[in-house]
Amino acid sequence: MKLTLRVWRQKNADADGAMSTYEVDGISSDMSFLEMLDTLNEELIVKGEEPVAFDHDCREGICGACSLVINGDAHGPERTTTCQLHMRSFDDGDTIDIEPWRAAAFPVIKDLVVDRSAFDRIIQSGGYISAPTGSAPEAHATAVPKPDADFAFEHAECIGCGACVAACPNGSAMLFTSAKVNHLNVLPQGAPERETRVLDMVAQMDSEGFGGCTLTGECATACPKGIPLPSIAAMNKEWLRATRKAR
Amino acid sequence: MALATRTDRRPSLPRTVWDSTVGKKTVMAVSGLIMLLYLVAHMIGNLKIFFGPDDFNHYAHWLRTLGGPVMRWEWTLWVVRVGLVAAVVAHAVSAYQLSRRDIRARPSKYVHKKPRASYATRTMRWGGIILGLFIVWHILDLTTGTVHPGGYEHLHPYQNVIDTFSTWYGNVIYITAVVALGFHVRHGFWSAAQTLGVGNASRDRFLKTCASGLALLLTVGFVSVPVGVMTGVVS
Amino acid sequence: MNSYSEYTTGEPVADTKAPQGPIAERWDTRRFEAKLVNPANRRKHTVIVVGTGLAGGAAGATLAEQGYHVVQFCYQDSPRRAHSIAAQGGINAAKNYRNDGDSIHRLFYDTVKGGDFRARESNVHRLAQVSVEIIDQCVAQGVPFAREYGGLLDTRSFGGVQVSRTFYARGQTGQQLLLGAYQALSKEIAAGNVEMHPRTEMLDVIVVDGRARGIVARDLITGRIDTYFADAVVLASGGYGNVFYLSTNAMNSNATAVWRAHRRGAYFANPCFTQIHPTCIPRTGDHQSKLTLMSESLRNDGRIWVPKAKGDTRPANEIPEDERDYYLERIYPSFGNLVPRDIASRAAKNVCDEGRGVGPGGQGVYLDFADAIQRMGRKAVEEKYGNLFDMYERITAENPYEVPMRIYPAVHYTMGGLWVDYDLQTTVPGLFAIGEANFSDHGANRLGASALMQGLADGYFVLPSTINDYLARHPHKDEVDADHPAVQEVLSETEDRLNLLLAVDGDRTPDSFHRELGELMWEFCGMARTETGLCKALERIPQIREEFWRRIKVPGTGEEFNQSLEKANRIVDYLELAELMCLDALHRAESCGGHFREESQTPDGEAARVDEDFSYAAAWEFTATGDAPVLHKEDLVFEYVHPTQRSYA
Repeated sequence: MKLTLRVWRQKNADADGAMSTYEVDGISSDMSFLEMLDTLNEELIVKGEEPVAFDHDCREGICGACSLVINGDAHGPERTTTCQLHMRSFDDGDTIDIEPWRAAAFPVIKDLVVDRSAFDRIIQSGGYISAPTGSAPEAHATAVPKPDADFAFEHAECIGCGACVAACPNGSAMLFTSAKVNHLNVLPQGAPERETRVLDMVAQMDSEGFGGCTLTGECATACPKGIPLPSIAAMNKEWLRATRKAR
Repeated sequence: MALATRTDRRPSLPRTVWDSTVGKKTVMAVSGLIMLLYLVAHMIGNLKIFFGPDDFNHYAHWLRTLGGPVMRWEWTLWVVRVGLVAAVVAHAVSAYQLSRRDIRARPSKYVHKKPRASYATRTMRWGGIILGLFIVWHILDLTTGTVHPGGYEHLHPYQNVIDTFSTWYGNVIYITAVVALGFHVRHGFWSAAQTLGVGNASRDRFLKTCASGLALLLTVGFVSVPVGVMTGVVS
Repeated sequence: MNSYSEYTTGEPVADTKAPQGPIAERWDTRRFEAKLVNPANRRKHTVIVVGTGLAGGAAGATLAEQGYHVVQFCYQDSPRRAHSIAAQGGINAAKNYRNDGDSIHRLFYDTVKGGDFRARESNVHRLAQVSVEIIDQCVAQGVPFAREYGGLLDTRSFGGVQVSRTFYARGQTGQQLLLGAYQALSKEIAAGNVEMHPRTEMLDVIVVDGRARGIVARDLITGRIDTYFADAVVLASGGYGNVFYLSTNAMNSNATAVWRAHRRGAYFANPCFTQIHPTCIPRTGDHQSKLTLMSESLRNDGRIWVPKAKGDTRPANEIPEDERDYYLERIYPSFGNLVPRDIASRAAKNVCDEGRGVGPGGQGVYLDFADAIQRMGRKAVEEKYGNLFDMYERITAENPYEVPMRIYPAVHYTMGGLWVDYDLQTTVPGLFAIGEANFSDHGANRLGASALMQGLADGYFVLPSTINDYLARHPHKDEVDADHPAVQEVLSETEDRLNLLLAVDGDRTPDSFHRELGELMWEFCGMARTETGLCKALERIPQIREEFWRRIKVPGTGEEFNQSLEKANRIVDYLELAELMCLDALHRAESCGGHFREESQTPDGEAARVDEDFSYAAAWEFTATGDAPVLHKEDLVFEYVHPTQRSYA
């Protein structure tokens, strides 16, 4: 396959960026999207040009590092992570636009690499269950009904990639935040911190400069792990409940 | 960025709600539902126009005596008006503040643009502005009579309505606004349900159907009046 | 033969920390004998933790909970992305919830046996003891393990054992456990007890007056190289499987932290013990950048086969039953498809070498779920393995519900690592190694679902207990003087190395060298090793290294975000570590676990251990780049599990 790539290049956080055009040839349809970019980078290095910087690590769709907006879609046309997107989803001769996640809370570091530390701070504000090592009771002391366990798992699958924020026209982190709130709040172990968790996490989310939710549903469409849109409603319910109880 | 750490004293409930995007959305949802409730009643009242001038004018008169004898002439109406103004203001101010925040949260756009979300979802902001402007015109036209075409007569709404819908622009403004309202309600009702935490996966279809049904009902109900005037059913 | 292979044998090395006495009491004894640090004094101690995977994340959180000041590093943009996240199958624990005869002693026994008698008994027993507490800990943190309808935890069986002791969270157990540790760590970060440095890569250890006192690390965004000081340094930087270029490791997983520690005096033990995982998705071409593992749990219900005839190119579904060779079930009737990883991998290699492999290049075998789907129904299979099937389909564009999966072995885990004693301390006082970075618990082969167990055991329970003893014996006095000659030397060496990489300005990319080294290692130090092959590799590696320093091309500067520079610097270390791996493989003229020397096999092709000569852990001491290292042997004593030829037939 022969492709034309238009890639966002930006030297560093302070520099202005722009789209640059590159041609790549000899692309196999079995390649992953990132392997296609590897090919481009190998050529650039040999030519003495700077390779395109992009975040990636596990390349099996679980670490959440990869973060490209491909032809306007976070993680590209398939519902998966960029690293699990394969070139068979494209046609010979295609022009592909590659951009970084765009959100005020995710400033660009270089080229396609953005700073997602805001997500870490949301978790730090309450996305945990306080259980210091050694203090745990016997695992079978509390049975968790299977539906609750499944609900928790469904939300715990979030990989923190930030596609939800990138896809949201408001740059909102509601889906990310709700995934963690729902995962922990449904479990009996999470009950003691149920109210403070949701209040603190939402407050932190707001203070990071993410936008509000207008329920466009873009986040859930882009989510490679299928965190569902009703997750947000469930968090709103938790939040309203907490405003009544946590005082 | 500093971490919002927990302090022993939490801010007051109104402060918590107003300072939070989730809280402000709740304000929008509640105020929106209040207005929606009013609109349903308003629409049902409007349909009385098809029973002729006496029926319709009598209904308008009755509205002013509502709650009597405890409430005096127009007292209830004013309570409702104040409530509605509060809802409109709360809805609009929240919307304005949230929108500003949303726009700031996404300062640079994607070079590669794609049409996103449904039409109803994308037009919430413009639709809201259109509806806001319409409300002003609608009150000046049929409540105060300030911009009313022809001679406005207090407590004779039947004739006033016919006057308005006898002008082309009256119809255009009104029908445009009602269509905008339909779209606004279609996303807004479902969205309010999500904000209030009523939505979940199994209820989603039901809520969406309700939203579409309500939107359709209101649109058809409201549009039937100018259509009635235009077609001569109401004259 | 070059001079590198002419290693000398030094004084034996021994673990002096494990108490004597009945094995079941040793851990309690050690905890009691170890000195403690007064809680009020703990905040005066700083501990550096490198890495935020299961071991590092758990250790950082736990040490902070205990009151220590923790300074933690990871090269990823968030501690949540460490590669432990990719572990799929599960975590072992001797809970015996199934009442199927499991016990701490059985887990201990299975692990020693599975490791082919090349692990230290005391360590393994402690691991089995602690396993029980891990599950409690993780459940309390909200890890959503799979549950039965009654609300209790579900378990499944895993390769190499006959009990159901593996706890799991669908195919994402590693992710869920890691997020548990990450969340505990996040809490401590917010509380100010952990100072977290993401996107910061450790480049060297600072050893002052014979003790590890800090690290040199580079901020990957600004390129700034800084020194960080502490009272103890804990390396939780993972394994070195990426030496092979293609492996199931994350792209940026690397050996720099452990290799630099080795260069500063920490012995490196059993570097040749690498695990080849039998169920990975075969490679599709030269562009391949990494390999993807399919959880071993698939072997619980999937049946592995190849055509009986060589060069059979018919599609799988057209090959009749009696022309299929379910070779694992045939050779190992009692364990069948559930034999340990090393055995399953080698069997796959053997049938492919016979020319019966399937798929492009004949490098693959079938993993067939047709019977399972018929027996359990498609829905049950979906419930159990749905996400794995989806992943397979995404990568290969083949639907495993309809056609058998194709799998092939790939480098997955490294049992070798920094030599540590019972306290998990390396030979450099104050330098600890936990998780995959050390060598301690898995011997020559790791059993499935044991990596997560070991990482969390080390991080939550073992290190936080044992490090007290060291810190109590070295009360915090003065900060290290940043101008100390030892500090300045490490700093300038690091800067010089990066500057040199940038200055060469040659014509080959970092990846091209990495790929070349990886292919060499896979061929000669992969699934089967021979003396001639290893000698060839040992001859070739210094040549590649020489060429690397002549022709490497790294664009950009050191004072910015520069991924090529990061990569090139990691390859510098791979080029040295690979040599030690080959030497270790060459010197160990026996087969054991994941290390298969073709010269040492039983008549029916199984690994033949030579206990008389090799019942020791090989701990290597660094001398100089390219110079012969010194071998220190730690004799392994088996008091409880007596070495036998492993048999899974």
